[in-house]
Amino acid sequence: MTDDLAERGREGLKRILAEQPFLAGLDAPHLELLHGCASNVRFETGAFLLREGEPANAFYLLREGRVALEIHAPGGPPVVFQTLGPGEVVGVSWLVPPYRWSYDARALEPVRAVGLDAACLRRKCDADHHLGYAMMTRFVPLLVGRLQATRMQILDVYGHHG
Amino acid sequence: MVPRPGRVRRRSRETANVWTLELEPDGDGAEPGQFHMLYAMGVGEVPISVSGTSRDGGMVHTIRDAGAVSRALAGLRPGAGLGVRGPFGTGWPLAEAEGRDVVVMAGGIGLAPLRPVLRRLTGRGGKARRVALLYGARSPADLLYPRELDRWRARGAIVEVTVDHAVGGWDGKVGVVTALLGPGLFEPSRSLAMICGPEVMMRFSVAALMDLGMPAASIYVSLERNMKCAVGHCGHCQLGGTFVCRDGPVFRYDRAAPLLGVREL
Repeated sequence: MTDDLAERGREGLKRILAEQPFLAGLDAPHLELLHGCASNVRFETGAFLLREGEPANAFYLLREGRVALEIHAPGGPPVVFQTLGPGEVVGVSWLVPPYRWSYDARALEPVRAVGLDAACLRRKCDADHHLGYAMMTRFVPLLVGRLQATRMQILDVYGHHG
Repeated sequence: MVPRPGRVRRRSRETANVWTLELEPDGDGAEPGQFHMLYAMGVGEVPISVSGTSRDGGMVHTIRDAGAVSRALAGLRPGAGLGVRGPFGTGWPLAEAEGRDVVVMAGGIGLAPLRPVLRRLTGRGGKARRVALLYGARSPADLLYPRELDRWRARGAIVEVTVDHAVGGWDGKVGVVTALLGPGLFEPSRSLAMICGPEVMMRFSVAALMDLGMPAASIYVSLERNMKCAVGHCGHCQLGGTFVCRDGPVFRYDRAAPLLGVREL
């Protein structure tokens, strides 16, 4: 019975992974490899998914709830620079040394997500470069998109001209 | 070319440096998207888009205190006089909205010229198939017309708001306005977009809409370039053979694209 439940849980997680928009197009063997590093996770409102300076041990594919990415500054509340929601990815620093988070990520409401063990996935990417390439082709557009968004925010277009 | 006398009837504060002035009615019939040249006595004249009309036809303008003239205008109290020329320029293509999915994208003070559009589209006579407003501002304190955003939402429009950054007390979205675009918001073959905001924001918004399949001929932008005379004589706002004040400020994107590429102006 317990084995049945565990098996159903594993199949459920596999299906959830396959449904993630971020992983669309990933083939079955690679999904299986990812599945070995994945787990279902929950965060209560106010809980931190990531903390600046801590090791980048995992990243998250959001299924429910919203998350604020923020930088804290002394003497004031943290500055939120982006919010993310279902279908989006929290955490990219797991990809590049020194594998440390450069901002905080805080749950704005109850969050359900798939957590990916970063060390596990890095090992698998090293061993299977096709998987590594599949990850890169998903994370690089994400990084470029965030870089462009950051550029727009730094330009402060509404402040000066808007 | 000679300003007619106008008078401020009502003045309300929108944000720390943005004010809305309602003028006494004078028979002016400006359409959404058009602008007036408002003259602050003894200071100067600037183009200001129409941000609404009162029930009895008084023109409403929302003004950001960003320079000597706009500061003088924004500071006018009820009863104060000013000079008015216009209305000038082209309006938003409201007639084309019938039966279509309309995406309105606004950045910062760019929501002001689009407010009359949203009022019409969400009003009783609104004939659009769906209406979505995607609005980006610098911070929560810079958001214009918060009560109207709720009203448009209550009337069935999709209203998504994001800010560039937020500190405490804001439970909305943070990020750029293009992040509000997503699949399912409009059907490309029957869509229409109206965009107003800083040019950088408009360029990125147009690119994101076109990536989602919206044709350039379905996208309208409102340009603002150094308008002085407002009648196409002085040439200050001339881009090639086009005068933004006379031929715009609202342009269809397939016509505006070469103009937006002019870096020297």
